[in-house]
Amino acid sequence: MNIIVLVKQVPDTETKIKISGDKKSIEQGDIKWVINPYDEFAIEQGLKTKETLKAGTVTVVSVGPDRVVEALRTAVAMGADNACHVKIDQEMDTYLVAKALAEVVKKEAGQLVFSGKQAIDDDQAATFGYLAELLNWPSASMVVKCEITNGKAVVQREVEGGTRFTIELPTPAVIAVDKGINTPRYASLPGIMKAKKKEIKTYSLADLGLGSEKPKTTASDFALPPERQAGKKLSGDTTAQVKELVRLLREEAKVI
Amino acid sequence: MSIYLIAEHKEGKLKRVSLEILSECIRQGVEPTCVLAGDGNMDSAAQELGKYGAKKVVVLENAELKNYSNEGLANAFHAYLSKQSPTAIITGASWVGKDMLPRLAAKFQVGLAADCTEFKVSGGISARRPVFAGKCSQSLSFSGNPAIFSVRPNVLALGEPKGSAPQIEKASAEVGQIRAKVTEVLSSGEKKVDLTEADIIISGGRSLKSADNFKILFDCASVMGAAVGASRAAVDAGYAPHDMQVGQTGKTVSPKLYIACGISGAIQHLAGMRTSKVIVAINKDPEAPIFQKADYGIVADLFEVVPLLTEELKKLKAHS
Repeated sequence: MNIIVLVKQVPDTETKIKISGDKKSIEQGDIKWVINPYDEFAIEQGLKTKETLKAGTVTVVSVGPDRVVEALRTAVAMGADNACHVKIDQEMDTYLVAKALAEVVKKEAGQLVFSGKQAIDDDQAATFGYLAELLNWPSASMVVKCEITNGKAVVQREVEGGTRFTIELPTPAVIAVDKGINTPRYASLPGIMKAKKKEIKTYSLADLGLGSEKPKTTASDFALPPERQAGKKLSGDTTAQVKELVRLLREEAKVI
Repeated sequence: MSIYLIAEHKEGKLKRVSLEILSECIRQGVEPTCVLAGDGNMDSAAQELGKYGAKKVVVLENAELKNYSNEGLANAFHAYLSKQSPTAIITGASWVGKDMLPRLAAKFQVGLAADCTEFKVSGGISARRPVFAGKCSQSLSFSGNPAIFSVRPNVLALGEPKGSAPQIEKASAEVGQIRAKVTEVLSSGEKKVDLTEADIIISGGRSLKSADNFKILFDCASVMGAAVGASRAAVDAGYAPHDMQVGQTGKTVSPKLYIACGISGAIQHLAGMRTSKVIVAINKDPEAPIFQKADYGIVADLFEVVPLLTEELKKLKAHS
């Protein structure tokens, strides 16, 4: 089975965000770029699935500028067999990224796609859904358990309030995974050596037949949220502080 | 302008976020057409929409929608909405909205904005949404029709329930081919309040020291009708499951009241809860960054404070 894993490179969670001068994006200067944390679970799930099936390949795909090659090499070092880079130098939106990914999945003859449930930069959580629809495949998201057998995926997804669904879907399918599904492995030393030399296949949007496509949404007016002001630290013995807190929450803040 | 609100219900009971979106549209002088889909039993949800000002509710029915299906819902909404030439389609950013909406947007070949906290549907359409889990926000404008976006629950105010019975139009939902099928619903036992929809959240950090100790938070939460959250440190230590995690790699929440117990306030945690209306910090360490963001702070051991708080809240409840 040809397994495709979608990988996005995002700023590390400890990044302090600064807005660019034209307010159309964030300052990219001193950002530490990492693999989107949810995509690490997707890579691991791809590798595990291949190991369980004892056949197939894992191909990681990333859309972005040249820096994303580093994320692809990390995934190869973890054990991915192949890597594809959709190299772009224009503004993209979720729609256009999904269009590009759909073409790559077709070119690479993908039969199963894993992705993270969302990227922690734009927080759209929409790429996998678009992709599934563009490929006309079934999909499941927020997946915390996943078994692939011949032609079928059986997954569990989180719903809300502690409820989960078991969902059965025929492959090919798109499966977006959540934290907790597995523990991503570390890259091995031979893996790192292999990754350094690995040839990475590059596609342009034109190669994918999308040379004249434009994004359908435009971002602007990036802004930082207003800083919260530190409020009051209560004083007195603990019992008095708790009593005072309850009074304040009720009478001043009116939230209980 | 022809604005459509995909209203959401759970077993016939309307989700509050649908009313929040409806109220905001009406405040902007726009009357959206509301659309419900399901296997039946949606009359009270339709009436509820009428009460909050909806004039017209379209009810799409099909027995195949008894179980959740992102394909079935997207197909049904697309089959109906593509005949209406909508300028905007709005729904709640619940797990259903998040799962179904990208499929609908792909069918219309348009972009989408997920989890918006502000939107404009009068004099042009745009939406504003947090990115980087709320470390900053962006406006999105749309090219092509319809504009499609989802709205975060608990952010927009409800209007006055002074409307009357709406005009209800029933049609069959064209669900198309459903391949991914829900075969089983697994419940963890007790009904928990969902974090993203909770009015009050009490969260614990690594200082809780064990999964068992989270019980003191659950006890306090049950008095207030609150949900219990956890920091990434507590989840990674195995004290709480990931569905309780608040922060950039967990859930982004904006309750009326957020009580952080033994949480230092790492940047990625603050990102997930900074839009809470009132923040209370309980921490032994007076230098913890969380105090810089908290409206009220208690510098003390949470194992002492939380049980006292539970007792005080019980007293309050007994008197009210």
